[in-house]
This record gives sequence, structure tokens and C-alpha cells, in this order.
Amino acid sequence: MKIRAQIGMVLNLDKCIGCHTCSVTCKNVWTSRDGVEYAWFNNVETKPGIGYPKEWENQEKWQGGWVRKPNGKLEPRQGGRLKILANIFANPNLPSIDEYYEPFTYDYEHLQNAPEMQTPPTARPVSVLTGKKMDKIEWGPNWEDDLGGEFSKRAKDALFEGIQKEMYSAFENTFMMYLPRLCEHCLNPACVASCPSGSIYKREDDGIVLIDQDKCRGWRMCVSGCPYKKIYYNWTTGKAEKCIFCYPRIEAGQPTVCSETCVGRIRYLGVLLYDADKIEAAASVEDPKSLYEAQLGVFLDPNAPEIIAEARKQGIPEAWLTAAQKSPVYKMAMEWKVAFPLHPEYRTLPMVWYIPPLSPIQSALENGLIGENGIIPDVKDLRIPIKYLANLLTAGKEEPVVKALETMVAMRRYMRSKSVDKVTNPATLKGTHLSGPQVEEMYQVMAIANYEDRFVIPSSHKEMVENTFDDKASCGFTFGNGCSGGTSEPSLFGKKKASPIVFHDMRRDRKANAGE
Amino acid sequence: MDYLHQFVFGIYPYIALAIFILGSLARFEREQYSWKSESSQMLHRGSLRLGNILFHIGIIGLFFGHAVGLLTPVAVWDALGVTHSFKQVFAMTAGGIMGTLCLIGVLLLLHRRFSNDRLSANTTWRDKLVLLWILATLLLGLSTIVVSAQHLDGHEMVLLMTWAQHVVTFRGDAAQFIVAASPVFKAHLFMGMSLFVIFPFTRLVHVWSGFGAVSYLGRSWQLVRPRH
Repeated sequence: MKIRAQIGMVLNLDKCIGCHTCSVTCKNVWTSRDGVEYAWFNNVETKPGIGYPKEWENQEKWQGGWVRKPNGKLEPRQGGRLKILANIFANPNLPSIDEYYEPFTYDYEHLQNAPEMQTPPTARPVSVLTGKKMDKIEWGPNWEDDLGGEFSKRAKDALFEGIQKEMYSAFENTFMMYLPRLCEHCLNPACVASCPSGSIYKREDDGIVLIDQDKCRGWRMCVSGCPYKKIYYNWTTGKAEKCIFCYPRIEAGQPTVCSETCVGRIRYLGVLLYDADKIEAAASVEDPKSLYEAQLGVFLDPNAPEIIAEARKQGIPEAWLTAAQKSPVYKMAMEWKVAFPLHPEYRTLPMVWYIPPLSPIQSALENGLIGENGIIPDVKDLRIPIKYLANLLTAGKEEPVVKALETMVAMRRYMRSKSVDKVTNPATLKGTHLSGPQVEEMYQVMAIANYEDRFVIPSSHKEMVENTFDDKASCGFTFGNGCSGGTSEPSLFGKKKASPIVFHDMRRDRKANAGE
Repeated sequence: MDYLHQFVFGIYPYIALAIFILGSLARFEREQYSWKSESSQMLHRGSLRLGNILFHIGIIGLFFGHAVGLLTPVAVWDALGVTHSFKQVFAMTAGGIMGTLCLIGVLLLLHRRFSNDRLSANTTWRDKLVLLWILATLLLGLSTIVVSAQHLDGHEMVLLMTWAQHVVTFRGDAAQFIVAASPVFKAHLFMGMSLFVIFPFTRLVHVWSGFGAVSYLGRSWQLVRPRH
């Protein structure tokens, strides 16, 4: 048994209001720079929809993730090592920037400088790629917001697999949900496996997947390898970039920016202990529908004495064990079984999990629109088809999703009778695997969602691996090209040159171009 | 043998090699963040796949063809029973094929780069320099086939091999062997050597990494970094 710890995330889609605060704060902090204007480490999609980049879930088209070969071994869907190397000159599966959107700004200056005209001046869009005016903005990072566009276009959504989707084009049958997405920081990342330079790695101490900007050579195989399309090619630096899970904040025990700023309090961060020796077997189970359970089997119970003893022996810090025991992520995924991995069929064993949305069934219930099947309502009456959620979260297996939704309905029933009728009615929990106290804790974490219940993050013990005195008065986080850690590392040619990257609304040379 | 000839073919090869090796080392050591292939595929695909694959097959073939052809001692070929004349014709044929592939590729890449708005706006003068330099060197190299075709005895080829082998073995007298070589050969040699001079200062450094990436074939799928 090789015990490792990871900070995992759960997003409660039941509470997501699609406000994009997470995306905007993330962008302000991490990607307001040249070359990644088009990149959103965190984005929120309206489902059904083809998403960002277009049709990212269609792996027949983009060839992301893993496939299980007949001999039971895994291989990136885009090919084995030799094929990946052979495609280095021109990656056939690389999305062009138009699949995301052509980054643009507006010619704001014209509003002030325009000569006297018969019509009011307008600020025309200007392409950041060419510096030239664009006739029309064709696509954006959130083009399908709140079901924008016609059904025939968003119906290309891969989650409609196995669903008679035509009936959902009718207005009265329409359904909608939000899906905030970021890097999954997978246990079995396909990006790491696809990188010919070996520049992408998973951190042993907290599981964060990072790209070594110095070692990246821009072969761009990770962009196509990642099935979530969460690695972005910076077209000015020629390096790949991705969500860094706000590791500077995580190391200090603070939540990621997207989690911290979430107004709906839908995000949870907590430690998961897992057995690294089981990863390969879990990712290689034959039936994709078993992948969700297989991943649950990789996680370790932080309350089991033998696990605690073994973790201590393997050097997991005490604070991390305590955090693992209090982890909201562990509780939602393992105890309450309400959270699920995103697209387990990609075989990446993702570590950002989702609680399926329930609200449509609840409001329909309250309005007397659907019948009650005893205590638990018939989840077949959900506005969002169960199959659709199952295609998103459990490779199409409906039972676990149904069970989770029923658990959440039971929680509401139990708490409603407790706070409205002032009676504790264990009968309302019939059919679930939870006890009264468990449900009350679930209510505390999921409904009340206090800050300290949502984020249980042990700070990293950097003092065990580096001398903080050496970091005194050194520069902060840079973009890979400079400022050593404060110690004067001997280099073959002396001190390293620093080169800060400053973002202007548009590169200056382009601006000159646009003014013409 | 005049001074200029001695400088260009006796001294310059060492200057070029020194800049190539020390420059690459310096950049790898100090500016690794700038070390990359600088792919433009994402901005515009166009004829990239055909052009780039042809170009790279051609230029890798040319690189190894030149390395083996120029640096294998004449005695080895003699021992293998390969006549000079046969070797010359073989070199002309193989070089002609690879050179043609490379030429088609580089022309497609140049056309792609200059005909697309996004690419032309984002192409640096270094990118242009590399492509045009390779084109010029390549055209000169292909022209040497015409020159060679006029004398198929392998004599001039052996002189060029001797020059190259004397350069890499530091014998100091290399330049004298090619005093009588055709000006086309000399121009090709100069351009070829100069390619090594611009190498560390352009995207050409990705060639090192391209060869380095071969180690990927033996690597495990997953990489986990412990705390340092």
C-alpha cells in the first residue's frame, strides 16, 4: 500500500446559479496575460450545450483520455508513445483556437477620438490575434449561456447519448443546468502520460498536477490528451498552461480562488487519502460503468486505525490525517455517496467531483406537478433526465445517481419535518443508507455550508523541505523565467535573468496596428 | 589559398561549432523558458500537416545523410567495397529525394506563414530568418547535384569528406582540400555552417529537444514529483 494524500474538490451543482464569479476571479488572477486571453482555467457551461471548447466531450472527435486495449492495458486514446511522437510535427487532434474562440477586445478609443458623424460611433471588435477589426464575433467562452442558440446546435451535446433528445427541444420539456469546470487533477492524468518532454507531473504531497514551464517544449500533446480540454496552449510563449489549483493558496491552507469567491457556496475542498498502488487497476477495469465504484475503492478510510498507522509510517503529516477525517470531500464521496467524478469513462480518475442537481424535481414536487412515490418521489419525473446526469457522472449507470438524488430529497424531507413540524421523523430516511445524525451533518455541510465546513485544508509543511530563511526578500511567483528561490543557485553562466510578463489590454504592437 | 578561404573553411567551422554548442548550453542553462518548438498550429492549421511532415522527414534525412556521408572515413567505404563513384551517385539520389521533400515542405510552410493574417502578425523576424535561411541553404544544396552530375568519379566528394573529417578531428589543414571546389559547394557549406551559428538564437533549439523526446518511448506513463 502506497498512501498518498490529495486535496480534492466537490462542486454541488444543486446550488450553482451560473453567475461565473469563479471564472472571472480565476481569470483576473491567473490568465489576464498575453497568449492566454482565450484560456479559462475555470469556466461555467450551460448544459445541454456543446461547451468550451466546442464539443469537448466528443472523444471520437478529440481523442482525449484513455482507452483500454484488449490485453487490459491502458493507452492514451490519441495513441501509444510511438504514435504520439510521430504526430509531434502536426498534432491531428489539436483544437484550433477557433474551437475556443478568437480572443477579442474593442476599439474603445474610437468612442473618444471619432470625428463628428451623423451616427454615434461604435467600438468595433478587434481581434487580439491579428490586431485587425473583426466583422463579427462568432463565438465566445460562454456563447450558449442559459441555453443561448437553437436546440439543433446544442443538441450535439455528447451527454444526450442514449436519450431520445427531440422531446427536449419542446419549450415545456426544456431543462438546464450549470457545469463549472476546471482541471480535474486526476489520479491517472492523460496529459502527464501524453507529454513527450515529461514536463507535466503530479505533486506527491497534495496531488496537484502542474506543468514545469521550463521543461515544456510546446509539443502540445497534452492539449489533445486531456479529455476535459483543460490544458491551454499559450500562443505567445509557446508553452502549455493549466489550472494550478491555486497551489500557492492551497499550500498556505487557503481555498482556491474559485472556491473562495463562489457566491453560491457550492465548492468544497478537503483531503482524500488514496492507495497509489491501486490506481492502475482501478483505471483499467473492463466495464466503464464500474469505473466510479473502482475509483471509490482507491480511496482509504481516514478513520480506520490501520490506515492511520500506515499513513503515519509513510510520513503523511498529522495535520493532514486530521484534515482527512474532517474532509467534506470524503464525506460526500464516500459516506453520503452524493458526489461523483466527471466522466469516469475517460479512465483518468478525476479528483474534482460533482453533486448532481436536484432542484428541478423539488420545485416540481412542491408545486404538486409530480406524484409522490411513497416517501421518496419518483426520480423518473426529474426535469433533467437521469440518463443525462448518468452520462455526465457515472458513465451512464443510473442507479448511483438516482440513489444520490433520493438521499438529497430525504435530507430535505427530514430537515423540513424537523424545523417546520418540530418532529424528528426517522421514517423519512427510509430507503437511504443514512442515519438521523448523519443527515443532520449532511445538512450542516451541504445546506448551511459554513466556510470552515466547506474548506478543510491543511497547510503544506514546506518547513520540512526548505529553509524559509532563504526565501526572505525573494521575489514571489513568476512565470517560470527568473528569480530563483532566493538562494544563489550556482548557474553555469551566472545569475538568472528575470522577465516579468505584464498584460496590457492588448499587445502594444497590435494596438498600433488597430489604430490604423 | 587566400586568407578568406582559409578563414571561412578553416577557422569559421570552429567558430560556428563553438557558438552552436556554447550558445545552446547557455540558453538551456539560463533561458530554458524560451526553449520551445514555437508551434503555430493552434492559430492556423492550413497546410501545416503536409508541409511540416514533409519538411521534417526531409531535413532529418538530410541531417543524417550529411553526417554519415561526410564523416564516415573513406577507408571504411573502401573496406566495404563501396566505390567512390557509386557513393556519389547514391548521395546525389538520396540527397535529391530528401532535399525535394524538404523543399516542398519548406515552401508550404513559408506560404502558410505569409498568407495567413494571424500567422504573419505573429511571426517574428527570427522565424522568418530561419525559414528563409533553410530555404537558401537547401536550394544551394540541391544545385550542387547539378554540379556533381558533371563529374561522377567521386573525386570532389572525397575532397569534401576529407575537409569535414579534418575539421572535426582538429587537424588544422582542412581548408586546403576544397580550394578547387565549385563555388556552389562553397556557398552551400558557408550557409550550412552559418545555420549552426543562428541555431542557439532561434527556435532551432527545439531540434535538441526533438531528439531528446525519443526518451519518451521508454518512460512510464505517469510522473509524480516528490517534495524537493
